[in-house]
Amino acid sequence: MEEVQKLTREDFQTAGPVKWCAGCGSYSILAAVQNALPQIGVPKEKIVFVSGIGCSSRFPYYMKTYGFHTLHGRGAAIASGLKSARPDLNVWLATGDGDSMAIGGNHFIHLIRRNIDINVLVFNNKIYGLTKGQYSPTTPYGSITKSSPDGTIENPFKPGELVIGAEGNFFARVIDKEPRNLEKTLIAANAHKGASIVEVLQNCVIFNDKIHESIIGKEVRDENVVMLEHGKPMIFGKERDKGLVLDGADLKVVKIGENGITEKDILVHDMTTKNPSIHYLLAKMTYPLAIGVIRSVDDATYETKLQEQVDTAVANTKIKTVDQLLHSGQIFDIK
Amino acid sequence: MSDKQKKIVELEEVVIKFAGDSGDGMQLTGTQFSDASASFGNELLTFPDYPAEIRAPQGTVAGVSGFQVHIGAKEVQTPGDLADVLIAMNPAALKTNMKWVKPGATIIVDVDSFDQKHCEKAGYDYDPLQSSDLDDYTVIKAPITSLSRSTVSDLNLGIDVKTADKTRNQFVMGMLIWLFNRNMKVEEEFIEKKFAKKPALIAPNVAVLHAGYNYADTLEAIATQFYVKPVAGKKGSFRQITGNTATAWGLMAGAEKAGLKLFLGSYPITPASDILHELCKHKHLGVKTFQAEDEIAGICTAIGASFGGNLGVTSTSGPGLALKTEAAGLAVITELPLVIVDVQRGGPSTGLPTKTEQSDLLQAIHGRHGESPMPVIAASTPGNCFNYAYEACKIAVEHMTPVILLTDGYLANGTELWEIPNYEAMPKIVPPFVKDNDPEYQPYKRDAEKLNRRWALPGQKGLEHRIGGLEKSDVYGDVSHDPMNHQVMTNYRAEKVQRIANYIPQQEIIGSQNGGELLVIGWGGTFGALNMAVKEMREEGYDVSLAHFNYIFPLPKNTEDVLKKFKKRVVCELNLGQFADYLRTQYPQYPYEQYNKVQGLPFFISELKEKFKQLLAK
Ligand SMILES: Cc1ncc(C[n+]2csc(CCOP(=O)(O)OP(=O)(O)O)c2C)c(N)n1
Ligand code: SF4
Ligand SMILES: [Mg+2]
Repeated sequence: MEEVQKLTREDFQTAGPVKWCAGCGSYSILAAVQNALPQIGVPKEKIVFVSGIGCSSRFPYYMKTYGFHTLHGRGAAIASGLKSARPDLNVWLATGDGDSMAIGGNHFIHLIRRNIDINVLVFNNKIYGLTKGQYSPTTPYGSITKSSPDGTIENPFKPGELVIGAEGNFFARVIDKEPRNLEKTLIAANAHKGASIVEVLQNCVIFNDKIHESIIGKEVRDENVVMLEHGKPMIFGKERDKGLVLDGADLKVVKIGENGITEKDILVHDMTTKNPSIHYLLAKMTYPLAIGVIRSVDDATYETKLQEQVDTAVANTKIKTVDQLLHSGQIFDIK
Repeated sequence: MSDKQKKIVELEEVVIKFAGDSGDGMQLTGTQFSDASASFGNELLTFPDYPAEIRAPQGTVAGVSGFQVHIGAKEVQTPGDLADVLIAMNPAALKTNMKWVKPGATIIVDVDSFDQKHCEKAGYDYDPLQSSDLDDYTVIKAPITSLSRSTVSDLNLGIDVKTADKTRNQFVMGMLIWLFNRNMKVEEEFIEKKFAKKPALIAPNVAVLHAGYNYADTLEAIATQFYVKPVAGKKGSFRQITGNTATAWGLMAGAEKAGLKLFLGSYPITPASDILHELCKHKHLGVKTFQAEDEIAGICTAIGASFGGNLGVTSTSGPGLALKTEAAGLAVITELPLVIVDVQRGGPSTGLPTKTEQSDLLQAIHGRHGESPMPVIAASTPGNCFNYAYEACKIAVEHMTPVILLTDGYLANGTELWEIPNYEAMPKIVPPFVKDNDPEYQPYKRDAEKLNRRWALPGQKGLEHRIGGLEKSDVYGDVSHDPMNHQVMTNYRAEKVQRIANYIPQQEIIGSQNGGELLVIGWGGTFGALNMAVKEMREEGYDVSLAHFNYIFPLPKNTEDVLKKFKKRVVCELNLGQFADYLRTQYPQYPYEQYNKVQGLPFFISELKEKFKQLLAK
């Protein structure tokens, strides 16, 4: 094996300007990716960033790797074809909430269902940024936006529910302004073999500023968010005095020290369990909001199974060229 | 052997139509008969006629499936207008096919199935065999079911009636062997091969085959035997191939010659699905197939694969092509190789999914947003789907462009006895690859002759670059909104496709090379009928010639020369005049007559000749 040269963040930075609005949450995601990539040990030329269309989908232009800015919603399909054709490549997909769950919903769920080894970054700003502020499939019910002056009358998707519903094996939720956690999660997503979906709660300063603030704002965050760690009890709160327990078929917040509840009673996070029931509850839960890797289960990937079928067929055939194929089977030799 | 009174009539060609319930095995009998004819040295073409419903009720008109075989002692290029021999396994098969047989044709029916119940199911309120409907035909009322059953039961093998009924097609085959003076041995071998995995079925099938033969041999009602000579001077290795199989093989050949892996992204749709079915069987040649979630994903996965250095291909029919158009535009602007196969069917919408038409032509040429030029080529026989699929790969790879290959339901399902090409001698395909770390590489730097950009693949060192749907700056490929740059790039994309004309063959004229009275103009799958019509008329002394186009966009460089040599031009197509309209925009200086048909059916030679004669008389 060839030795991989030590890469740094700068190796992934392009010369041209980055053109998101000042203060856009996407900047910190870009920085986190550029910090994470030198740590994953993949040669730069093997890395490809694919995207759809949207503010978030400009991402590949800012990465000094191979990149493909494709069509609105279709990045998932193009990345699927690329990874299936070239399993040796390290493929990432940058997509928005509209790109992945409105126009590209079909490709998104099928990429997940097939378990193709692609790292998908969903920039969830709960709005259409590029087209200047229409509501998206993740916009909260009742929101006033450019295309919903009287409030939306649609129930939003929660990306995690969709991922698990589509037989997903990896789902994480992270916050744009928490670089360390973001970086760690990206590395975990990359290490996971199969479709890895990372929902990043991203702030759009222009069209949906502070949309996540009521939950993750500095003052309230610790009370509203449970940081998941594999093998650790799901405890949260400024005083780390609250936790999650299973109550029938649902999760319930309990206070540690009240009603005889101790830390031992708190549910321990197991991201690797195949049964997705608790992962689903965690993905769905709004109080507290689960941050971190909710689910990470190993399973064979589409592209390796496809490659295996090809390799087996190649190894076992007598017909090795098209010319041989042309002369195989029933031939009428007329003399 | 044959009774002395029976006479043998020698025929130049014969058209035989096999018709029955989907379960009657008529496709198998048809194939078996065409195989026999192929090994005998006849020319042949076959065409299946599937019902649109998969499981239509037995015995009804909707459930009739057919298979037409045209064999000849000379060139055969269509499945034949009308049948000389019809085999109708039940009243519904007779009813549906009466309009497709020649006056005086021989009609073989399974008389056992003409009871009142079956006649009523077929919508007859009388027994057609007892009526005057069949007065002008030679009808052979063979007790096919009962004789097959008794033959099987005489073997005392304990075979049930249902299984015995499955041998009926061999009874028909036995009769045909006698009728066409064929070799019994070959058919016995066919059966042995066919049932190699179920050897218990060999004896009953062979017995029924003999029963059919003996029945025909002893029957007074059959007065004549036919003989279709092998084609004189015909030599070489042949195989029977459908258009869809030939397309799939041509794509594999193109990829292999280019040194690329083939990747098909596709969503099933009639009549294109068999390309997917065929290619997924050839993983042993390194082919990957991806059954996508829809047509959009079909083309998009193929584009992704092409970006990764595979030869990306997507196959579909008209409705699917419509869904692919946005992504086709992406392939145009990113200048990646891609082959889009459109097996046309009757439209619009779901239209006539199992029937043929040529009505996607303008969609193929123009059906995209923006200035989005894309080469379009069309195959014209089942066999040459191989060649044009190969050619589509060559153009896509060497010119770095998506290409549309048009075939149609008629070519796709039709079978031709196809001479195996000399694979060695097929032209080379050279992808415009770049060497690792090439300091000169720029994503949109163009070749001076072809104007194509080069193809740098992810994984190559030192060539990292970004492409995408936003307009790119000339040479460097950075995102550019510069007005003049857009003009330059739009012009390049158009000119690049136009220059493909420098690399394709000249348009041929079949007939009067120096011009004449009437030029028949066709394109794609109608070649066989147009060619035969023109040929027959020339033999009758008419000054008619044919220019049949395979290269649609761009047109061959000598197209104008071809058009101007003739006094009259008639454009014949299975649509309302799309190629005619296209020629009018390209060469407005000439008037064009039209002959159009949209019935889901191919052209008949007879109707074409009539039209040409009218035009000549005008
Ligand atoms: C076929 C097509 N339809 C519509 C558009 C317009 N369009 C571009 S981006 C976008 C929405 C983007 O929203 P999202 O995916 O959430 O990305 P964001 O800009 O918020 O990052 C729309 C509607 C398009 N480019 N292509
Ligand atoms: S519009 Fe919103 S999402 Fe788009 S770049 Fe500006 S801040 Fe970011
Ligand atoms: Mg958005």
